[in-house]
Amino acid sequence: MTDNVFSAHGLTEEEYTRILGLIDRAPNYLELALFGVMWSEHCSYKNSKAQLRKFPTSGENIVQGPGENAGVVRLDRGATVGGDLCAAFKMESHNHPSAIEPYQGAATGVGGIIRDIFAMGARPVALLDSIRFGTLSSSRNAELLRGVVKGVGDYGNCMGIPTVGGETVFHDSYSGNPLVNAMCVGLVHEAHIFKGRASGVGNVVMLVGARTGRDGIKGASFASEELSDSDPDKRPNVQVGDPFMEKLLLEASLEVLEADLVVGIQDLGAAGLTSSGAEMAGRAGSGVCIDIDKIPLRETGMEPWEIMLSESQERMLMVVEPSKVDHIAAVFEKWDLAASAIGEVTGDGNFTIKRGAEILASIPAKFLTDDAPVNVRPYSEPEYFRKLSNADLSITRNSNDIPALLLRLIATPNIASKRFVYRQYDSTVGVRTVVRPGGDAAVMRLPGTEKGMALSVDCNARYVYLNPRRGGAIAVAEAARNVACTGARPLAITNCLNFGNPEKPEIYWQFVQATDGMAEACEAFNTPVTGGNVSFYNEYDGVAIYPTPTIGMVGVIDDVAKAVTIGFKHQGDAVLLVGETLDELGASELHYMLTGRDEGAVPRLDFAAEKALHSFLINTAPLLASAHDCSDGGVIVTIVESAAVGGLGVSLKWRWENLSPAAALFSESQSRAVISVEQKNLPAVLDALSALPYTMLGTVGGDRVSIEYNGAALVNCPLSDLTNAWRSGLEAAL
Amino acid sequence: MRAAVVVFPGSNCDRDALRAAELAGFDVRFVWHKESAVDGFDLIVLPGGFSFGDYLRTGAIARWSPIMSDVVRQAERGVMVLGICNGFQILTEAGLLPGVLLRNKGLLFLSEDVALRVENASTAFTSAYKRGQTIRLPIAHGDGNYYVDAEGLKRLEGEGRVVFRYADEPPNGALNGIAGIINERGNVLGMMPHPERHCEDILGSHDGKGVFESLMKDGVPK
Repeated sequence: MTDNVFSAHGLTEEEYTRILGLIDRAPNYLELALFGVMWSEHCSYKNSKAQLRKFPTSGENIVQGPGENAGVVRLDRGATVGGDLCAAFKMESHNHPSAIEPYQGAATGVGGIIRDIFAMGARPVALLDSIRFGTLSSSRNAELLRGVVKGVGDYGNCMGIPTVGGETVFHDSYSGNPLVNAMCVGLVHEAHIFKGRASGVGNVVMLVGARTGRDGIKGASFASEELSDSDPDKRPNVQVGDPFMEKLLLEASLEVLEADLVVGIQDLGAAGLTSSGAEMAGRAGSGVCIDIDKIPLRETGMEPWEIMLSESQERMLMVVEPSKVDHIAAVFEKWDLAASAIGEVTGDGNFTIKRGAEILASIPAKFLTDDAPVNVRPYSEPEYFRKLSNADLSITRNSNDIPALLLRLIATPNIASKRFVYRQYDSTVGVRTVVRPGGDAAVMRLPGTEKGMALSVDCNARYVYLNPRRGGAIAVAEAARNVACTGARPLAITNCLNFGNPEKPEIYWQFVQATDGMAEACEAFNTPVTGGNVSFYNEYDGVAIYPTPTIGMVGVIDDVAKAVTIGFKHQGDAVLLVGETLDELGASELHYMLTGRDEGAVPRLDFAAEKALHSFLINTAPLLASAHDCSDGGVIVTIVESAAVGGLGVSLKWRWENLSPAAALFSESQSRAVISVEQKNLPAVLDALSALPYTMLGTVGGDRVSIEYNGAALVNCPLSDLTNAWRSGLEAAL
Repeated sequence: MRAAVVVFPGSNCDRDALRAAELAGFDVRFVWHKESAVDGFDLIVLPGGFSFGDYLRTGAIARWSPIMSDVVRQAERGVMVLGICNGFQILTEAGLLPGVLLRNKGLLFLSEDVALRVENASTAFTSAYKRGQTIRLPIAHGDGNYYVDAEGLKRLEGEGRVVFRYADEPPNGALNGIAGIINERGNVLGMMPHPERHCEDILGSHDGKGVFESLMKDGVPK
């Protein structure tokens, strides 16, 4: 066999030698194709596994950690029939397909993550997205934004799963390689959780849903390469989505799961039938034998390797007892879907593909799922790290004309309202959405209880680039803070780790540092990692994206009717800033706006201060009229957003030592939130603040935003001017 | 009072409609689109969603579902029929209501709360409201741009059959700001906004309850 043959499957010579050693013979073409996709980065996590082991993955509320279709966290103990109420949740990337074909790439990314959730037996109830593009000065980036948003919207809207939150970020490091991360959350009672296990020798393997075609072949390998100019040729690697088919598949699957007709279930995602079959066998320690002649095909003349590697969407694999096959087929028939018995569970531990009586491939499933090499890549600190952290920020610190800066900053696409995006997402279908998009976190009510769950996705990639360890920790802290601002207790995270080529030591350094920072923060906040996804090779023409470990956080609130929102509520309420403001304009939106440069020291993060803020927000929630986290753009952006959303002005007046006006308003110090409080509740709130740093800023009221700082009038603008600039900024940039 | 919520493949507001009708006091059942009869109900709801994936044209395939010939028959008998969003689109395709729902002006899917004016509060669907009252309901659709020919429009407006109208500039471009209409007999109503999503204060408003409460009180065939 020439090296061209194994490299065509994305395998290295070293990996090929490893395969020879494992199976003690030369693999045939089909077998090599199976190894190629199963040992791709996308399926095997070979370059990240060692590092991911550092994450905390267990805790009193963690019902299912990493390794299944999705993680599961307990929301409510014992209050409901069928066991504790749990959330199944996971986030995944679909970056490379979206770079080539934004609409289908984003749509199938959403479709894939939804299947992961209902494969756990959970009914999907919420979607969130985290999408990133190059700046909108390029029309291609605007086109990508429109296509991705339409793709996310059309899929979720048709499924009837509300898209309740997300983030939209613009930075030129994503030009050519946009990021599309989608998170789905479902509800399930603990006793009804299903797993992706092929147990019970003699049980039948059924393929249900759409027919298998040539689309998306080798998508997993494509996801594990860098992008370049020649990529329009890769369009055949992109899958095509059919949300109507998936809606039928969802209802039919939940119907057979609820009737307890299924032993194990898994969705077909990256690497299609190969990964789902091999993984289900691998987890159960059993074998799976598939007869390729029994797979319903959409087109003729498909080769066995094409059938096994196809990533046709809207398919699920089920393992069922032989006596249940007819019942399952009848349920799928009702929904006009195919359900075909294509193989059986065996006791030999092998993943076997046959055509009639002829064996085409037979490999121990564990070799495919567990024996990919675990690479600990060499890493080294990139040159930029020390250089950029020592940048001179005096221009920004000493900048004047605050009103003009403010009007410009709130209209930049990163700060401006994302209404253009979330208006295209149905956020209210399902009658569970209590806090809709546009706040710090979405809040959903939970059936059969007073409780609710809060959901947020976050990452400030500029921080991660400039200081990966601190930036990774801040991403977790901000997601937790967003959840806490609604009054909810952060419980657990999922993640999408988007990085460049891990074979480059500087990129691998970013990866190790960022995940170390995340692990430390997850420990500190007691929010274990229940799973996620690693997306490497996010590069375009050799230039990597900013390291972007997106965090998806789930929290629980005891009384959903008391969920706190960001808008100011009543004239005369007191406005306070909780937390300490330092001179931290490094890596800030303002510095970037003024200089076009990402540089300076990333704001400090003190876990104890952050946790104290969360506790305050959670315990005092019933007394707060509003709460809004301070993040990009500093406290002034937080204040303007609360005013714009509430439709109420503010009159603020305070003094701080040693901070220039620009630093006071635009510093991005962590662990802060702006709250508003009815006067009657103020004494109790101040009491709760006794051990925390805070500043009395002023009161809600009027139709202007007026700010007097250290005796000087800095801002006195009509709220309507600020609101218009903030509301129209994104669309104006399009 | 008994209500049926018809479930088409791709319906996705069926559970929401069931909940809203139950909150108002209806005894509610789902009825699968392959059934041939929807007998013995006081109210038939065609819920929102993407029946048959909106393929071909919204509502165009659902209109041929086996259940629909009986829905038409029940409507002719005077049973109350409420079509919400995709249900409205199906009612126009089935010929139970005039006009058509075109792509939104601007071609984007729109999800937001809108202000509606109750133009006719003397129907069985709106008796709990006051004429001229403004209510807020969510919209969530890509094809809500109501259109009817000049003659049809004259009749709708002249006969007081425009029941709900967007209080502000219609976001979807609907002709005359039409958000919901009723048939001549007064027992078939179609509307693009979602009353079933605003029946509980925890969801932001209970402005939609009036539709189901009106039907509980006045939705008996006369």
